[in-house]
Amino acid sequence: MSKELSRRELLKVLGAGSGLLLIHCGPVPPLPGTETDYDWEAHFWGYAIDTTKCIGCNACMRACRAENDVPEGVNRTWVERYRIDAHESVRVDIADKGDYVFEPVAGDVARAFFVPKICNHCEKSVCSQVCPVGASYMSKDGVVLVDHQRCIGCGYCVQACPYGTRYIDPRTHMADKCTLCYHRITRGLQPACVASCPTGARMFGDLKDPKSTLSTVLRQGRYRLLRPEMGTHPKCYYLGLDREVV
Amino acid sequence: MDFVFPNEVNVTWTVMIVLYPYITGLVAGAFIVSSLYHVFGVEALRPVARFSLASAFVFLLFATLPLLIHLGQPTRAFNIMVTPNFTSAMAGFGYIYSAYSLLVVLEIWFVMRSEFIARARRGGLVGLCCRAILLGNLFESDATRAADHRIARVLAGVGIPMACLLHGYVGFLFGSIKANPWWSTPLMFVIFIFSAIVSGIAVLIFHYFVVSWINGWKVDQPCVRSLGRYLWGFMIVAVALELLEIMSIAYKQTEEWEVLGQLIEQKLMITYVILQFLVFSLVPFLLLAISALFKLRDKLANAIIWTAATMLLFQVLLMRWNVVVGGQLLSKSMRGFTDYFPGLWEKEGLAVAAVIFTLPFGILWVFNRIVPLFPNAERRSA
Repeated sequence: MSKELSRRELLKVLGAGSGLLLIHCGPVPPLPGTETDYDWEAHFWGYAIDTTKCIGCNACMRACRAENDVPEGVNRTWVERYRIDAHESVRVDIADKGDYVFEPVAGDVARAFFVPKICNHCEKSVCSQVCPVGASYMSKDGVVLVDHQRCIGCGYCVQACPYGTRYIDPRTHMADKCTLCYHRITRGLQPACVASCPTGARMFGDLKDPKSTLSTVLRQGRYRLLRPEMGTHPKCYYLGLDREVV
Repeated sequence: MDFVFPNEVNVTWTVMIVLYPYITGLVAGAFIVSSLYHVFGVEALRPVARFSLASAFVFLLFATLPLLIHLGQPTRAFNIMVTPNFTSAMAGFGYIYSAYSLLVVLEIWFVMRSEFIARARRGGLVGLCCRAILLGNLFESDATRAADHRIARVLAGVGIPMACLLHGYVGFLFGSIKANPWWSTPLMFVIFIFSAIVSGIAVLIFHYFVVSWINGWKVDQPCVRSLGRYLWGFMIVAVALELLEIMSIAYKQTEEWEVLGQLIEQKLMITYVILQFLVFSLVPFLLLAISALFKLRDKLANAIIWTAATMLLFQVLLMRWNVVVGGQLLSKSMRGFTDYFPGLWEKEGLAVAAVIFTLPFGILWVFNRIVPLFPNAERRSA
């Protein structure tokens, strides 16, 4: 009872099949939750930290963990507490366990301050350079991201990052890091750490927009970069940074 | 000096990444010994020429296993060749390793073709396998033997720079990490090449003595003496390079020495200063100097050379450890050190490492059953 396929019918089937194949192989659909009119070529994101404003409350750390489901033992952002005595002896600690509250300390302190740390989203990111499969990359809007469909978990990027901001996620065995809350910034929101900072110590903005707060602050030129000698061209700008901080 | 960045508390590259350059080094070193005979005509090394080539091959088979075990996503391992990112030093590994593997396999094929033919003619399952390896062609004549010899010589010649490339490249993987002052030196790949040759010669001496002892063979004295002298020479260069590197940094008293000096003093005093240099470099140096410069009885010279070779095997392993793990003990905060002690039974632990390191010797035993690696070995007189 087999019906012979006419030439027209065969062409129809082949045409439909090819059409379906083309649709399947077409442009990559946007990430879930980013189906907006967001144009990643219209922005170039940067970050600034005013260390004179940070009070070490660690709200940023808590917000980041909650927002990005960061597992215990690794960190996308943290706050360093510096205590320097009269002899210029430096002591640094962080509060990355329990309720993320710094232990009170006593003793000789000539000066003390807090320094939040985060991925520098370097323009010449060495982590992207060394990734053997291109899983680490910089998006067109200037955010260094990890493609978890590609990462092989070799850890080379973790070794290469001069700022220690990358880690291997103990659950996925893949590299992970700060994304500047990419799922938020592409919807016009601020990264969780910036939104939660009660003193405005953390600033986030568009370097392509000359009117953005970040651009205005940076135009004054009174900022420092971390480890500029690495040639990574970081995009995390520090205001009021003490000379002891690396 | 007590602050470590929070993501650096746990060391990322552990025992498997120590083992990887170690095994790769054995490959490169063993291959260079075989080339000393095949290309440079060092006749004294003839008794171990095949053995060294086969050793390079079996170690090569397992060189990537530690990497595979280390990878967080081992099923994506081949992506490194399928979708490589050519700005990464690591992306070249798959290609360099594959090209070198092909070369070693081809060289074995041409060097041992006569033996494969003889084995194929004896029939049986192994004979059938040998026939398959020979692509069904069992024809042999003086002309084919001469052609095989010529091709093998060319392959061995090409293999020397490739062996250096393979291992120098492994050194470059570390040397190019600018964020780590313990690794970041252009000398790293040169140091890796020479230490590879040292470990390759050392493993051949070690294994040759063990195999001879088990089978009741007499070791070839000129061969062993020659290997001993080569080992001495290459170890001097390897150790001198490493010492010059660290002494140069120490003398210049730059900012990085402030942390590297403390790293050595606080974390690497035992494994680096005492074990790697004072015990496992100085003692073999003196032993090999004695065996090379004085006329000793064969038995004594052999004991000395074997002891020195065995110690140098540990020396190179310690060197790999001090590079790979040592570099990660120093935090990029430059204000503190973390700690690491390997576990025994974990995925990347010592037991797995021991199994991986033992496997090549097992394969070599099987190899020797198919194609004798010491066809001219003499029995030891009672």
